Order: sequence, then C-alpha cells, then structure tokens
Amino acid sequence: MIATIAFYVFAAVMLASAAAVVSSRNPVHSVLFLILAFFNAAALFLLAGAEFLAMILVIVYVGAVAVLFLFVVMMLDVNFDQLRGGLQRYAPVGAAVGAVLLAELVLVIGGWRFAPDVAALRLAPRPEQISNTAAIGDLLYTRYIFLFQIAGLVLLVAMIGAIVLTHRERHEARRQDIRIQNARTPAETLALVRVPLGAGISTLGIYHPVVAEPEDTELAPPGFDNPDLHTHEAH
Amino acid sequence: MAGFFRTPFGMLILMVLEALAILVPLLLLVAYATVAERKVLAAMQLRKGPNVVGPWGLLQAFADAGKMLMKETIIPTGANRLLFLFAPMVTFTLAMIAWAVIPVDNGWAVADVNVGILYLFAISSLGVYGIIIAGWASNSKYAFLGGLRSAAQMVSYEVSIGFVMVSVLLCVGSLNLNDIVLAQRHVWFCIPLFPMFIVFFISALAETNRSPFDLPEGESEIVAGFFVEYSAMTFALFFLGEYANMFLMSASTTILFLGGWLPPVGLPPFTWIPGVFWFVGKVLACMFVFMWVRATFPRFRYDQLMRLGWKVFLPLSLLWLVVTAVVLVLTGWVPQGTA
Repeated sequence: MIATIAFYVFAAVMLASAAAVVSSRNPVHSVLFLILAFFNAAALFLLAGAEFLAMILVIVYVGAVAVLFLFVVMMLDVNFDQLRGGLQRYAPVGAAVGAVLLAELVLVIGGWRFAPDVAALRLAPRPEQISNTAAIGDLLYTRYIFLFQIAGLVLLVAMIGAIVLTHRERHEARRQDIRIQNARTPAETLALVRVPLGAGISTLGIYHPVVAEPEDTELAPPGFDNPDLHTHEAH
Repeated sequence: MAGFFRTPFGMLILMVLEALAILVPLLLLVAYATVAERKVLAAMQLRKGPNVVGPWGLLQAFADAGKMLMKETIIPTGANRLLFLFAPMVTFTLAMIAWAVIPVDNGWAVADVNVGILYLFAISSLGVYGIIIAGWASNSKYAFLGGLRSAAQMVSYEVSIGFVMVSVLLCVGSLNLNDIVLAQRHVWFCIPLFPMFIVFFISALAETNRSPFDLPEGESEIVAGFFVEYSAMTFALFFLGEYANMFLMSASTTILFLGGWLPPVGLPPFTWIPGVFWFVGKVLACMFVFMWVRATFPRFRYDQLMRLGWKVFLPLSLLWLVVTAVVLVLTGWVPQGTA
C-alpha cells in the first residue's frame, strides 16, 4: 500500500517537474526542475527494486551531466523575453513533431507482441541470492559485451570530437612545466655577489633582463593580423 | 516493546530515533570541530586560539551559534530569494543524509543498503549543487565565480574518487559498506592500495573545498567566494555543512582504507575497546590531517588544481585500477562475493 502511494507521489512529481522544465521562464529553474525529475525517476527505480540503476542515474545524470548543464545555462546571457517570443510561431511545428512521435510510439507499442512465457520471467527476473548489481554485471560483461564496448567507443569518439573542436594552441599563454622547475638547481639559478657601495647591477654585469623566447617575438601582437586570436578574444 | 517497533507507527518512531542517534553526536562533533580547527591552527602557528568563552575556550562553539542566530539574515537586492535560501539548506541536508549508510560498528548503520558506496558517491557528488546555486542566486560576480570554480573542481576530482572506489570494490566484491570493512580484517586497504589512499585523501580535500584547494572561497581573490552574500544562519548552514562534509569524507576514508571499526590488530588489548571508539578515533585522526594540511600548504593556483586532477590523479588511479585487476586475476584473489 505504502509502495503504491509512493509510486504515485513520485510519478506525479516527476511529470509535474518535467512539465515545469519546458514551461518555466528562467532556464536555470528549468535545469533545476530537470534535476528534480531525475531524482523522482531514481526513486521510481528504487521502488522497482533496481537500486543499482537508481544510484547510477543520480551519479551520472544529477551528479555530472546536470552540473554541466547548469554550468552552461548560468554562463549564457539569455534574454528571457526574447526566448518566449517565438512561442506562437514555433508552437504548431513543435506540436506536429510531437504528434508524429506520439503516433509512432502508439504504433510501436500497440504492435508489440510478448512471447507467451515472458510474463513469468518478468515476475521472477533473477535468482533471489544474486543482487541486481551482480545480475546487471553478469549480463553486460558476457552476453552484451560487444554492445557495451560499442557504446563505450561511441562515447570515446564523441569525447575526442569535442576535444578536437575546442582545442587550440595558445602561444600567448605562459605555461608552467613542473619538470623544468624541479630540474633547476641552485647552482644555475643563484649567484652570490659582493656588491660594492654605489655600484649598479648593470655596471657589475649581473643584470639579466628576462629575454623573450624567440617564438614569442615572431608572433604578431594578438588580434592585429591574426584574426584567429581576435575572434577568440571576442568570445 | 519489540512488538511495538514492528508496527508501522513504531517503525517510524524507531527510524526517527536511529536518525537522532547518529545526527546529534555528529552535530556536536561538527560544533566542536570548528573550535578544534581554530585551536589546532593556533597551536601550529604558536598562538593560543579561542580561550575566553568557558574553560580553555570550550564554550566557543555555543557562543558562535548564539551569535549566528541573533544576527540578521540579509538577502541582497536582485538575488533570487527562493534559491538563495534553498542553497544552504541543500548543502546542510546533503551533508547529513549521507550518514544514513555509514556503519559505525559491525552492522550499526541506519540503513544497511546493498549499494552503500554508490549512495555515498552519489550524495557527495550532489554537494556541488548547494555551492553552484548559492553562487548563482546571490547575483554577485564574486559569488558566481566561486560557484563556477567549485563546479569545475568538484566534477574533476569526482572522476578519480570514482576510480579509487572501483579499485577498492575490486578487492571487496561488494558494494555494501559493512562488507567493505569486513574485507579488511586481515590487512587494511591503505597498505596494499597505498597510492589510492593518498589519491583519495587529496581528492577528498578538493571535494570538500578545503585548503589547499579552497579556490571556491579564495578570500584573497574573490572575497569569500560562493557565500560572500550570506549572513547569519544561512552562512552558519554553509559552515556547518562544510565541516559535516569533512567528517563524511573522513568517515569514507576510514571505511574504505583504514578498516572502519576494526582494531589495528585483532588481539586482546585492542579488541577490548568497542568498535565504535575505533571508528570515531580514526575519523578524528583524519579530521586532524585536514586541519594540519590547512595549516601547512599554500593554496593551489587554478590551473595547477586542474593539472593535478586530470593529468596526475586520473592517469594514476586508472593505471592502479588496471594493476589491481591484473594482480587479483593472476593471483586468483578475486573475491567471490555475491552481493
């Protein structure tokens, strides 16, 4: 009884917050409602006895993905009124896409035929003494190992793509190379000099101005004839 | 009486009592940790520290609490009121609810769940929300910078914490925190997994925004970071949440690497002391290291922090994970856990 009440509470909150994600005026509030929806989905997993999936959902989606969403949305300078402006114009298109998706879902699920013995399996999905964490691991790493690895490869490709798209060499940045710093010895960096009264460091020949590295001198001033740098500054 | 606790109402009462049994000592410890930190820092800097309120300044915690309660809660103009007040509550609540799964002695956990360590990891990865929401809702550039710094920092160090946890799990064969401690009966994991122990502890410093990784506060650059606009009890909740998080990270270190409630050697003079004292003692020792580090190291620069997280800890923990797996398979020590 309590589980049923809990199910309806979590499901209702999840649907309400999902609706709030699209209807809320402030994008930051939208992301926060999205997080609430994730939490309720995790609670539904818990009710279904899938505690591993529930925790993974919270760790991956709430703990990492949504943080980055929030990060990006907070950094964007969004004009809220402008955001709402296109609503009238785009609403029919959105509704049409939604209707097509709904029709497809109805067709797919309506035409779904269960094998006759599957209902019994659904009620006893796994042996009692194996927890669902171990059961998922057993399946993922044996029967579905290739699909699992391919999913990992897809993510790797996406990651490499993101790095390639955003990576740029910044010549103007000063880099810290800890190996070089650690390799320095007092003998090559320190000199003890007895300085007579009134003598300047340049007259003694111990004035070593910091010499700019040759590649720095060849570079044009940022933004002058290097449009690449200039556009980056603008961002 | 035992029958009463099996009725639905009795179970509710029991749950509340169990929660109080862990939260009240925790909050007392947190209150005294704030005094202890000032005392430890003072001793390390040859000062006296708080010594006026009560004998040896021991009532300082209550004086501070009284002061915080009396002060005015200021909400800046242009702040998002609801989220501004919500953020410290999130920080404080998350620091408290994680304690539901911490076993302080054999089986002494409010909830002895199968996926205890995942729960712990999930809760600690949520801690960033309080900070980032506070930073944004304050409508202040310093607070916002602090929030952004903290978001990037905590997400980065979670990755290596995750790998460290996985390599511990490989040696245990269970996600249950009780099983993790019991797997250390013969040797604490800080010995065979020593590099992971170090990586975990340093990442714990970064995860709790403690010195030398306290860039989200960064008082020399961004005033007080994410909580610059907070005053009175809203500030106190952040402050208490931070210390409760430190206790949580100390408890995680104790459970994962220092044998939880187990005595160092399973022989009579050590086994006479109840496990809960060993647990609290180890947690307090970890807390002392937190304070010691604060008194010792200067703050990292932000690029150094990112370099340490992504270019040192991540490859190191990944490599050690593979090494652990290979050693376990080659020696046939893979635990045959069913959990």
